[in-house]
Amino acid sequence: MSEYDPNIIAFLCNWCAYAGADLAGTSRLKYPSNVKSIRIMCSGRVDPVFILEALREGADGILVAGCHPGDCHYQSGNYKTNRKIRLLWRLLRELNMDPERVRFEHISASEGQKFADVVTDFVNELKVMGPNPLKGECQ
Amino acid sequence: MPVTERKLKFAFYWGASCGGCEIAVLDIDEKILDVAAAADILFWPVAVDTKYSDVEAMEDGFIDVCFFNGAIRTSEQEELAHLLRRKSGCLVAFGSCAAMGGIPGLANLANRDKIFETAYLDNPSTSNPGRTLPSKESRVKEGTLTLPEFHDRVRALHQVTDVDYFLPGCPPPTNLILEAVNAVIKGELPPKGSVIAPEKSVCEECRFEKSEKMLTEIRRIYEVEKVEDRCLLEQGIICLGPATRGGCSARCLDAYMPCTGCGGPTPNSMDQGGKMISALASILGLEGEEALPDEEIERLLDGIVDPVGTFYKYGLAAALINRRLEG
Repeated sequence: MSEYDPNIIAFLCNWCAYAGADLAGTSRLKYPSNVKSIRIMCSGRVDPVFILEALREGADGILVAGCHPGDCHYQSGNYKTNRKIRLLWRLLRELNMDPERVRFEHISASEGQKFADVVTDFVNELKVMGPNPLKGECQ
Repeated sequence: MPVTERKLKFAFYWGASCGGCEIAVLDIDEKILDVAAAADILFWPVAVDTKYSDVEAMEDGFIDVCFFNGAIRTSEQEELAHLLRRKSGCLVAFGSCAAMGGIPGLANLANRDKIFETAYLDNPSTSNPGRTLPSKESRVKEGTLTLPEFHDRVRALHQVTDVDYFLPGCPPPTNLILEAVNAVIKGELPPKGSVIAPEKSVCEECRFEKSEKMLTEIRRIYEVEKVEDRCLLEQGIICLGPATRGGCSARCLDAYMPCTGCGGPTPNSMDQGGKMISALASILGLEGEEALPDEEIERLLDGIVDPVGTFYKYGLAAALINRRLEG
């Protein structure tokens, strides 16, 4: 196996985090290319099943990013996400899957730098953690 | 000869199960006589004395329909799954254990070594100074005794062999069993791979009124003095109704007990537990959540004492993450 390069699936909300990622790009900020972005209308749309499936299929990390508290375009989507992820963490802990593989961040449309920093930091963390133990099981 | 013009050839086997599924078939009461009139029971270890060798002697596809209940834990069960698959025209994963691992599947939180340790070595009611563990072969003076191998993991039937239909439930409701039997007799079978149950959730069959939900506390059933005549979730009792396929007429709810999920995931859902986490987290909240620190949310979640046992009581073996990972 070649050197392990973490594979990250990012669910980014249309109104804040995705625009933040866009800003990181238009500002020509550098961040690792390990992240595959999926745009969703609201982080509240992220069903824990999406995350479980991504882990099952071998993703090393999952980033869910939405608006800051109080900024949700749909009022309460990001609060729901917060609770979903926290409950999911508890499940993952029991299954001995490192909950730190699932990360939830608030990134606003003006925080291109934060997006770049979060991705950089997450990639470094995942490199220390090593590959997802389920990798290869599905193929 | 088509099945309509002769007796149905029927088999019923149990893997890792409790025997409740067999009782459920007998629960159709006097209609069992109709089944006996319409069917030849070729193989049913709990009720009929047929040997494995008798099944092996049958032509392939000789059995019209085989209900297989119980999960796959041992090499014997696996062997029988393959054998019955070969000998049966239609193989039905009967009950939650065969369909998705069932309660035996929760043992995937441990592995064989840990299970043996608890069952045979390390428990207060066992004295085992020789530290004897079951082994595949043991020599005694009369010869060699063999036992089936105990696998490291529990699997659902479809994870071992090709399954035609799924009939979940712990045990499957009588009306669905009859529906399945009639469908086979009349040859009116749904597309292969179908779950023989309605395409709706338990909530849709539940008689309790539901309103806008906002859960501010989670309570276990024993902590509730009197369950009221309304949605149990709204009373803070975790009920898997929203994430569970119906077909049971919400019988547990009629007895004021929450749904624990034996019907398996709702149609088109990949993972019952994940769906329930989604549903529960969406309605779990406190007033003024904008200003709430995360510690308050954690305190709320502390009410869920056993996430895997609550969300995957019957479905861990077939879940997206189907076991506790090693290491």
